[in-house]
Amino acid sequence: MPVSPPRLALLGLFAALAFNAQADEVQVAVAANFTAPIQAIAKDFEADTGHKLVAAYGATGQFYTQIKNGAPFEVFLAADDTTPAKLESEGDTVKGSRFTYAVGTLALWSAKDGYVDSKGEVLKANQYQHLSIANPKAAPYGLAATQVLDKLKLTEATKAKIVEGQNITQAYQFVSTGNAELGFVALSQIFKDGKVTSGSAWIVPANLHDPIKQDAVILDKGKDSAAAKALVQYLKGPKAAAIIKSYGYEL
Amino acid sequence: MPLDASDLSAIWLTVKLASLTTLLLLVIGTPIAWWLARTRSRLRGPVGAVVALPLVLPPTVIGFYLLLAMGPNGFIGHATQALGLGTLTFSFAGLVIGSAIYSLPFVVQPLQNAFTAIGDRPLEVAATLRASPWDCFFTVVMPLARPGFVTASILGFAHTVGEFGVVLMIGGNIPDKTRVVSVQIYDHVEAMEYGQAHWLAGAMLVFSFLVLLALYGRGHAKARWS
Amino acid sequence: MTLTARIRHRFPDFTLDVDLHLPGRGVSALFGQSGSGKTTCLRCLAGLEQAADAYIEVNGQVWQDSQRGLFLPPHQRPLGYVFQEASLFTHLSVRRNLEYGWRRIRPHQRKVQWEQACGLLGIRHLLERMPGHLSGGERQRVGIARALLTSPGLLLMDEPLAALDSQRKAEILPYLERLHDELEIPVVYVSHAQDEVARLADHLVLLDKGQVQASGPVSQTLARLDLPLALGDDAGVVIEGRVVGHDADYQLLSLGLPGSTLHLRVAHGPLAPGSALRAKVQARDVSLSLDGQGQSSILNRLPAVVTGWRAADNNAHVLVSLDVDGTALLARITRYSWDQLGLAVGSGVWGQIKAVAVLA
Repeated sequence: MPVSPPRLALLGLFAALAFNAQADEVQVAVAANFTAPIQAIAKDFEADTGHKLVAAYGATGQFYTQIKNGAPFEVFLAADDTTPAKLESEGDTVKGSRFTYAVGTLALWSAKDGYVDSKGEVLKANQYQHLSIANPKAAPYGLAATQVLDKLKLTEATKAKIVEGQNITQAYQFVSTGNAELGFVALSQIFKDGKVTSGSAWIVPANLHDPIKQDAVILDKGKDSAAAKALVQYLKGPKAAAIIKSYGYEL
Repeated sequence: MPLDASDLSAIWLTVKLASLTTLLLLVIGTPIAWWLARTRSRLRGPVGAVVALPLVLPPTVIGFYLLLAMGPNGFIGHATQALGLGTLTFSFAGLVIGSAIYSLPFVVQPLQNAFTAIGDRPLEVAATLRASPWDCFFTVVMPLARPGFVTASILGFAHTVGEFGVVLMIGGNIPDKTRVVSVQIYDHVEAMEYGQAHWLAGAMLVFSFLVLLALYGRGHAKARWS
Repeated sequence: MTLTARIRHRFPDFTLDVDLHLPGRGVSALFGQSGSGKTTCLRCLAGLEQAADAYIEVNGQVWQDSQRGLFLPPHQRPLGYVFQEASLFTHLSVRRNLEYGWRRIRPHQRKVQWEQACGLLGIRHLLERMPGHLSGGERQRVGIARALLTSPGLLLMDEPLAALDSQRKAEILPYLERLHDELEIPVVYVSHAQDEVARLADHLVLLDKGQVQASGPVSQTLARLDLPLALGDDAGVVIEGRVVGHDADYQLLSLGLPGSTLHLRVAHGPLAPGSALRAKVQARDVSLSLDGQGQSSILNRLPAVVTGWRAADNNAHVLVSLDVDGTALLARITRYSWDQLGLAVGSGVWGQIKAVAVLA
């Protein structure tokens, strides 16, 4: 029988509602260094599952405070493993949901081409005025940077030249604006599709610092969220893995 | 746990920064405020608006543009490098300049109001009594504008003590050079050292309150005596 | 000293266009209604306003010459200025206010002495007070003393009594008269009050809508029928007389008219013969008679000749100008009487003066 326009509209409405009933938003707190990869992953995630990823970017420490004080995040992608572990031990997470979603790589980077050699000798040469790192008390990449300097026995030599950004993004900003000739940033900030996007860099060997394990966890607020569970699954999946690797992380 | 050495040095640095910035602003702000109060030029509106910009711009915006401008590729950076001074980012001098820009309207506006309130008459009287314009400024204008100077100094000082966004952007958190109290507190919170954060923040709160009490309490004392 | 000023300037409300030649001594009054431009004129003389086209020369020193682009700023002009509201520095005591100008002239330039100024204005007991604790009259006296202590070559006064009530005015006028008598400083005095002008001025400049209507000695100018001065309620003449005698029994002072043997008698205490005395005779206090005899309580009856007449501001009265042996007199009588007596220019009459106000 012919379907009249009003009926068609009604059918369409039902279909849309049915589709949307399964499509949710998931509120995610994302460590600053993972900004670019998560944006790429979010696109595919939405296309494949219909769920929308709403992300806030910032410092892991800051997120901790906010979460403890009732921030509406459902999933937390931290820059370290200690903070998610802390939240877990304090009962603010869904037990068993914690996993390492990426392992960070440190890079010594300069906005100037040819400034940083592929072995990082420029550090020892000590010809620069300012070396930018993230605040080691608040950012794991900053902590890793200090560990590298320690291992290379350059801590004393570089002490007066260190400038700290509040987070890895600010550490990057100091270098990208030229205010610091070079700095320790997350490889993901300067790496895409297998190569360094601009300037010059030394990819720091992993044995020079403690591994920067970046853990994710479903928070208490997201325990009933289907979208949250879907995101965690997606992050463990092959599509996400490919994106994560392409930005210079290990898995 | 009360304040440790790094906290104390942050406090001392902050006091130094606020004092120097206030002094600098009084020196450059006075002629600006005087011009704004007395000129009839068409530039008065635009200049007044530019001076007031830091009132409405987020400090991080000011800080960000300063980061670019003071860097080796920015116009301030070019100038300082040409003078052999390197770049101002991450330096105490850079902070003074950033703070001066940030606190400019807090010094200029009270001065401007005080100068406007004086009006034309005292200046005319001084002129008819043989005082040159400079003479008149120091012997008539400044004494009559004294409350404005006090307000400007206190506001400029207090405002700089509370500054965070600009310092964050261009400071680099260097101990004894750019690690001011506001950043130190922020760091303590980031590192979850809440005890120290409480002590430091509490100390700054008490200090600020006492400073403001001095400012607002003066009005009462004066009213009682006159 | 002489003062020459040609000032032309277009202001939003009116155009100032004056050509002044003032005598080097005594008080010259700039007289006119509000808005006539007298204060503006004074401010231009002082340099507080810079007229677009002006030539101002005082005592041989050029203060402004627009054609040569010359403008001497106020603080370099040897003048004193008294503002309408004393405008004392509120952050300084009376003493410090007085010292302000005093300290800024070289010691050898100080012709007016500290004691002199304080004594003249009667402010010795006020020296340590702050301006906020002075009455309006006291403030004004301090303002005048302060201006005097710069030993100015020219004293400019902008309606110094306007902001005071009549009691304070009466209090200060004697001080101003003493200034006039005891100091040699020429004064330009702006006022819209005819009684002040009558008491103080030697020379009168009448301003109207930014233009000079008349300029001349006060006694002559006040008596002119062609000026609006004659139409006012206060219309009258100022007579600069000399004391010729005193009747102690009846307490009557005889005031000789200038250049004449005729005299006026007025109730007054004794004064030294020969001393100058200014008196005002208002037009409404003068009546005319064809008859010189006849008993009357009117004390002064003087022979006069009619020199002119005009209609008054109402239809019932006329103003008549008279010449009394060289002294001008104004009378205000009814038109009826004018016709009744058959008066005309040249008629001989007797002027009967009912009241004479001794000014100083």
